[in-house]
Amino acid sequence: MTDALIALVALPLTAALLALLLPRIATALVIFSGLAITASAIALLYGVNTAGALHYELGGWTAGLGIALRADGLSAILLLMIALVMFAASVYASAYFGKASERAQFWPLWLLLWTALNALLLSGDLFNLYVTLELLGLSAVALAALSGKHAAVQAALRYLLVGLLGSMLFLVGVALLYAGYATLDLATLTQVVKPGPIAWSALTLMTLGLLLKTALFPLHFWLPPAHGSAPAPVSAVLSALVVKAAFYLVLRLWLDVFADIVTPTAANLLGVLGAGAVLWGSWQALRAERLKLLAAYSTVAQLGYLFLFFPLLLALPPGPARDVATGGLVMLALTHGFAKAGLFLAIGIVQQRSGHDNIQELGGMVQRLPLTTFAIALAGVALIGLPPSGTFLGKWQLISAAIATGQWLWVAVTAIGSLLAAAYIFRILGHAFGNQPYPHQAVAVAREEWPALLLTLTATLVLGLAGAHVWTLLENGS
Amino acid sequence: MLTTQWLYALSGCLLLALGLRSALLHPALLQRILAINVMGSGVFMLLIAIAYRGPGMPPDPIPHALVLTGIVVAVSATALALALARRLTREQPHD
Repeated sequence: MTDALIALVALPLTAALLALLLPRIATALVIFSGLAITASAIALLYGVNTAGALHYELGGWTAGLGIALRADGLSAILLLMIALVMFAASVYASAYFGKASERAQFWPLWLLLWTALNALLLSGDLFNLYVTLELLGLSAVALAALSGKHAAVQAALRYLLVGLLGSMLFLVGVALLYAGYATLDLATLTQVVKPGPIAWSALTLMTLGLLLKTALFPLHFWLPPAHGSAPAPVSAVLSALVVKAAFYLVLRLWLDVFADIVTPTAANLLGVLGAGAVLWGSWQALRAERLKLLAAYSTVAQLGYLFLFFPLLLALPPGPARDVATGGLVMLALTHGFAKAGLFLAIGIVQQRSGHDNIQELGGMVQRLPLTTFAIALAGVALIGLPPSGTFLGKWQLISAAIATGQWLWVAVTAIGSLLAAAYIFRILGHAFGNQPYPHQAVAVAREEWPALLLTLTATLVLGLAGAHVWTLLENGS
Repeated sequence: MLTTQWLYALSGCLLLALGLRSALLHPALLQRILAINVMGSGVFMLLIAIAYRGPGMPPDPIPHALVLTGIVVAVSATALALALARRLTREQPHD
């Protein structure tokens, strides 16, 4: 089973180098390696489900100097989501980028991004996490700037500087921890870390750095321009996966490594910021004039829900109740990943066919692009949290945990956020289903429409109906 | 008494604070990129101070390895930032 661990990092990295050297066969290379990576992610999930958490030391070097790869239920589920979303977006991108020269620039960076995502989820020590965070940041910035337009380059540069600032803060935290405990291994740190100035300041610095990268309100200012001006497949994975990689690290630090250090006050602060993100992000999405900006602000809001779980998880005693709530958090993150990726891909089709993504001028879109509009509507079902989407299950757990722990404020925030989400989704659909003539020649390509449709279907039907497996996997894989 | 180790560690913190201040306050692009590099040097000084294990003892190799990797990352990130910044200023020379 450790082969799958290695393959998940080695396959995209090798493919990235080959795609750089052999641009002519790069598209075929991406599709084949994408299938192999997805198969490895499924094998890993199967292995973790039957045998529990996996661990492999590269070259036999022990943790400290060597690089150890690790996977448990949480990372295995997220790795499969990454593989499916990246694969669907790869198929989409092969049609989206019309010119061979565009694809030649795109594929190597795309595969490097995939490598960084996989390596981040498999890393078990703080310094490799720092390196993978930087790899992820650099490849994401380069992809965001790919169109070369002034607005895109400007947004990408701001994204880069914010990301670097975040990494520096994270690295200072790593240095403090090493000075205090002489280890970088997460599993060892979990056992030795004690409440005190070193642990508190390290956790504060690392969390601050990661919150910048995951764009938690009010540190979200860089996200809408960067995600709104990138090419569609890039926006899809930036919103669905890249911000979630930083969130995954916050989750690991707060719930595993620093579980004994975290105070309810600190968790409440994260909850308040999350509530701010839900309300502000949803409101800005409602007011957005462009589809892509709407989707980007909706990402800010949806990330906010994930942070609402922190005060709840801390208030619940460790045991079944907390595990059920954690499953809800993972479900929410998964559904958002699939739904938002599908939404951005569908918006990309609209933008390419109409030449703009101005919501006011999309009247009658459904007549020409029925499948694309349907995908947008399905993504909307998942973003609002209507049954049977996975979001519905996640929000159900969120509200149950809030009621069980008597934290009613988060129930109100969730309700208002969901209403605002319904408002911004129906605003798009209201225009799209209008009966004015749609002025553009719009023939959608199956390679673009189907990935968007399948991703949003996964979010609304598959995750909702087969949701119980997520909880089982988390339990078996710990 | 101020030992060499503390001198390194405190200068590292000072560089870090100076860099952070400039990165947040200066709107000019080049200054921001430089400020982040100064912050990086601060962290590296801190790590070098951490590696010290007393007179006559060999220093701890792990923080040194971290500094080396950190420098590589910092150089690549700076290169990307400068390339993007040049793209921006070329398009708008009077900006």
